[in-house]
Amino acid sequence: MKEEIKITDHVIVPKHEILTPDEIKHLLDTYKISINQLPRIAEDDVVVKEIGANVGDVLKITRSSHTAGVTHYYRLVVKE
Amino acid sequence: MIDLPKSILEKAEKIFEEKKIPQHKREKILENLKNAYKLYVYEPGEAIGIVSAQSISEPATQMTMRSYHVAGSAGIRVTLGLPRLMEIFDARRTPTTPMMVIYLDKQYQTKEKAREVAARIKEVRIREMVTDDVIDLLNSQLELKIDLKKAVLFNLDKEKIIDNLKKNTKDVTIKSHEDKILVSPKKEDTSIREMQKLKSKILDMHLYGIKGIQQVVVKREGDEWVLNTLGSNVKKVMAVEGVDGARTETNDIHEVAKTLGIEAARFVIIKEASKTLEEQGLEVDIRHIMLVADAMTATGKIQAIGRYGVAGSKGSVLARAAFEETIKHLTAASIRGRKDRFNGAIENVMVGKLVPIGTGMFDLTMKADENEKEENSKSKESK
Repeated sequence: MKEEIKITDHVIVPKHEILTPDEIKHLLDTYKISINQLPRIAEDDVVVKEIGANVGDVLKITRSSHTAGVTHYYRLVVKE
Repeated sequence: MIDLPKSILEKAEKIFEEKKIPQHKREKILENLKNAYKLYVYEPGEAIGIVSAQSISEPATQMTMRSYHVAGSAGIRVTLGLPRLMEIFDARRTPTTPMMVIYLDKQYQTKEKAREVAARIKEVRIREMVTDDVIDLLNSQLELKIDLKKAVLFNLDKEKIIDNLKKNTKDVTIKSHEDKILVSPKKEDTSIREMQKLKSKILDMHLYGIKGIQQVVVKREGDEWVLNTLGSNVKKVMAVEGVDGARTETNDIHEVAKTLGIEAARFVIIKEASKTLEEQGLEVDIRHIMLVADAMTATGKIQAIGRYGVAGSKGSVLARAAFEETIKHLTAASIRGRKDRFNGAIENVMVGKLVPIGTGMFDLTMKADENEKEENSKSKESK
């Protein structure tokens, strides 16, 4: 049997990283928003489980974009 | 401050190298580029949602008129055009034609090897192994004649089929007789209808391959062998020997969200929507589709564009009432005593207020405290 493939290895899954509290503060200050204004990602999302993020964490998602090359997107991990 | 996106920087770098532009000039050019780029960025307060909505729907109206059908084309027939676009934006549970594109590992890049993998993936049901099925009412049993030659192709023999049957059925006795399998229910005097039911249940039973994959076509794409399938099951297919799991594609958005996460689903929405529009010869800027995909995935779950999705979860009562199901939203809101903050566009249009779009978005504010302080300090100085 073939070894199990990691979900994060799939080409269409962008890189997800957990932000540190300092980085979160910096992010919210740059955009002048509160944490609840961020887009969300569910706690039971497969990628969230894979990287071991918890409710309340902010994930930095590095997407490859058709127009800008690379873009960053942020999602707040929430309970469903 | 806006930074230049990577794609522009790369392009600039390439041109710098080609034209051999000295370092001090490069900085100046980049500065100019930045200023030019800033002019193209949407300003705060721009109604990008409305721009996107119109930029997608206008070409979509062209689509219905230009739809055509291809008769007898090779490969797998897919839903195209407007029906497919509606399917994507409505976030239907399963697409009408679920499809996968499966790439193969390097060691499997020959036609024979690709066929081998295809045989491993395609779902085989008992129906396909049976040449003849008879309901023997006299003995109340089911006779299934097995095509043994065909079974060998799938690494199966009669014993394996019987084992499989035994595992998946209850309350039946299974006997083997020459090239036939005899199935009879343990319960006595079974009615004809029950026998018919049993027959179709057994014939549809999964035997080999991956559940849900109805058809596999081996194709040559560029310099690679690729499998196209009808039916989708990413999770299982990714684990099949010989399949390049990291590149497996499907058009089932919900399945992607479940197996690869919401970000991957966003990617598939963009890809499928732009592919559908492109196939029809329509040019829609991908940024509009990206915005729609972001809106659809903003909550972490896939939301449809419509009554039960994005439009139905708007914050404002009046905005929801203006869209669809006016009475439902108004009654529910009045029973619960909901408030409307008038932050959106629609509700302000309804009451004739200034719409918070463009320059209407900003108010003049003044920090009273700080002003007083300044005045105080000034007056002190003058003294």
